[in-house]
Amino acid sequence: MMRLSTISSALCLLGVLAAARPAAAALTVVTTTSDLAAIVSEVGGDKVSVTALAKGYQDPHFVEAKPSFVLVLNKAQLLVVVGRELEIAWLPPLITQSRNPRVQPGAAGYLDASQQVRILDTPTGPVTRAEGDVHPEGNPHYWLDPENGGRIAASVAAKLSELDAANAAVYAQRLADFQKRLAAAVQRWKGQLAPYKGLKVITYHRSWTNFADAFGLSVIGYVEPKPGIPPTPQHTLDVMNAMKAQQVHIIIVDPYFDLKTPNSIAANTGGKVLVLPPSVGGVPQAADYFKLFDYNVGLLLAAIKETAAK
Amino acid sequence: MRYGFRWARVAVLMAIVAGLCGRAYGGQQASPPPEPQAQDVAALRATIEQLRQQLDALERKVAALEAATPPAAPAPAPEAPAPAPAPAPQAAAPAEPAVPMPAPQPATAGASGSKVFNPDMAVIGNFVGAAGSNTFDPRPALALDEAEVSLQAIVDPYARADFFLSGSPDGIEVEEGFITFPALPGGLLVKVGKMKAQFGKVNTQHAHVLPWVDEPLPMRNLLGGDEGLNDSGISVSRLIPNKLLFLEATGEVYDGNNGVFASHERSDLTYVGRLHGYRDVSEGSNIDLGTSYAYGHNDAGLHTNTQLFGADATFRYRPLRRAIYQRFLARTELFWSKREMGDLGPRQDAFGAYLTGEYQFARRWIAGARYDWSDRATDASLRDTSGSFLLTYWPSEFSQIRGQYRRTSYAEGVDANEVLFQFLFAIGAHGAHAF
Repeated sequence: MMRLSTISSALCLLGVLAAARPAAAALTVVTTTSDLAAIVSEVGGDKVSVTALAKGYQDPHFVEAKPSFVLVLNKAQLLVVVGRELEIAWLPPLITQSRNPRVQPGAAGYLDASQQVRILDTPTGPVTRAEGDVHPEGNPHYWLDPENGGRIAASVAAKLSELDAANAAVYAQRLADFQKRLAAAVQRWKGQLAPYKGLKVITYHRSWTNFADAFGLSVIGYVEPKPGIPPTPQHTLDVMNAMKAQQVHIIIVDPYFDLKTPNSIAANTGGKVLVLPPSVGGVPQAADYFKLFDYNVGLLLAAIKETAAK
Repeated sequence: MRYGFRWARVAVLMAIVAGLCGRAYGGQQASPPPEPQAQDVAALRATIEQLRQQLDALERKVAALEAATPPAAPAPAPEAPAPAPAPAPQAAAPAEPAVPMPAPQPATAGASGSKVFNPDMAVIGNFVGAAGSNTFDPRPALALDEAEVSLQAIVDPYARADFFLSGSPDGIEVEEGFITFPALPGGLLVKVGKMKAQFGKVNTQHAHVLPWVDEPLPMRNLLGGDEGLNDSGISVSRLIPNKLLFLEATGEVYDGNNGVFASHERSDLTYVGRLHGYRDVSEGSNIDLGTSYAYGHNDAGLHTNTQLFGADATFRYRPLRRAIYQRFLARTELFWSKREMGDLGPRQDAFGAYLTGEYQFARRWIAGARYDWSDRATDASLRDTSGSFLLTYWPSEFSQIRGQYRRTSYAEGVDANEVLFQFLFAIGAHGAHAF
């Protein structure tokens, strides 16, 4: 009897220890992209520890399903994904191999950040791959609209509070603070770009649709003839002609695309190639979600002034 | 107290039952006395007959309507046949829809409702042509080598399922069909079904993800050809936690009739084990190492067995900033086969290997080379040797065109010089990229 009670009390103690450990330690969050990681750490602060799988300077469509990511996912308590089929080529096998019931699609620790945001480019008619690598669920580069950043943060805060109810008040307070700072920053960025509303630009891929929409730019063409299809001579010629005809001077390129074609378009039209990081960490200066837009808006303003002076 | 409560419940129940019985009984009593039974039955029969005729007429009408209207048009209301006849017995055959039905859902909405749960579906065509001479092991000049249909979906909160049906000139077969339980306790990943055994690298890959048109010689000579080790069984794998690297151990049991194995009785199972390690060297490069083992009975005799040993090493380089333009992969796999020959002779210890490299030098272009050699499993004194150069062009993620120059020296003294070319094309769901 004596021994039994000792064992049972030891077991109880173990149970308490096991239960106490996760509460004391930070919630382990894994995100697919660095932008989501930046937003999670804005909301979670020191209550979470965040790891992003893809780097900011990497094309998020073409991340490799490395086994080292399996190890990261294996320990995750929450997985936040961009969704809209952005990660379809690499994430599903990683989740299956993670051996982690918490982050399987549909489980409590799986959050698709696109559920509450404003999605553009949702195809209305039938979709075929004759149009290239189209995303039938809409444009997945939605985090480049800073107001969507606030919406992502709200989803993240709700999920964090669900998983870690003890800190719900902290998350709510941090979310309110983030949204307040973001609103002020959005006002500033929009103010800076307001004089150039309707400015026509070319982008390499359809990754800047939400950015253009948020800041009143008008994307009149793409260096890629179709999403995911590399530039062709005829299409490049068409882009040059369109730029000349419509007085377009700026070509926005993501850092992971080859600059050869954009440079030759710029040289032929007197335009300027602007390498803008689409994600946090794309360049060292874009260290968080605010600095990403600070950097991009700053570069865009400088380019507008430079091309206008010509 | 407790008894009292129970009795009270029983009493209430009895009261309810009594009440119900009473009502039913009373109801019967209230109905008119059942004297003209025969008449009633006849009348009922007549009514039923009438109703049946009306139903038949309606059914014919519905069939005619269905044939006449193109299926795409929104379904007209009278297509819902069931409820119509009952309330309107008077109206004769040209029964207009008595009550306007709620506005029919557009056909597409209904269809997509059911499509939501359809599995992700894709079809991959693998068309292979061959030119040049090969008198020893000739391929057809032109052939749709394989049409692979993949069907993949999540089964329930506990499992997902993958089916790969392969249509080839030999017919259609289930190449793989298995259920995966990714959310088991103890960090286990369990697969049950027909699947490619986790033996080395090439054996686990489908033909369309291989970097070559053909398979290297050891696959053909030691692992049983196109199929390789692919059988019905159970696979259990687990991560081995450690600070240094990704380490995964896999144990599998198979029925025992596949590739080089042959089962003579139910207990003649095949066992496969694999240890797989992986480590990032830098953010753009990594090393992948594995060892594999397989044991099972063979067809040389009733009690003869074959043991296979494998080792594989891969080095990958893919700079993250230029991931869509540049990558390099070097790989080698070694295979040892120990095959007991029973009455046919002494045990045959055969060895085979390949060395390959591929380099993507532009967004759409990959160049590669391979050197492979292998003894024959049944006669280790015979060794085939082959060398290949490859060039692959990717118009998009969903199609590729590949050429391979291959020179093979067969043990019999036959030399073959061939050019193989391949068109791969995929439609349907966007599958995951192989790693």
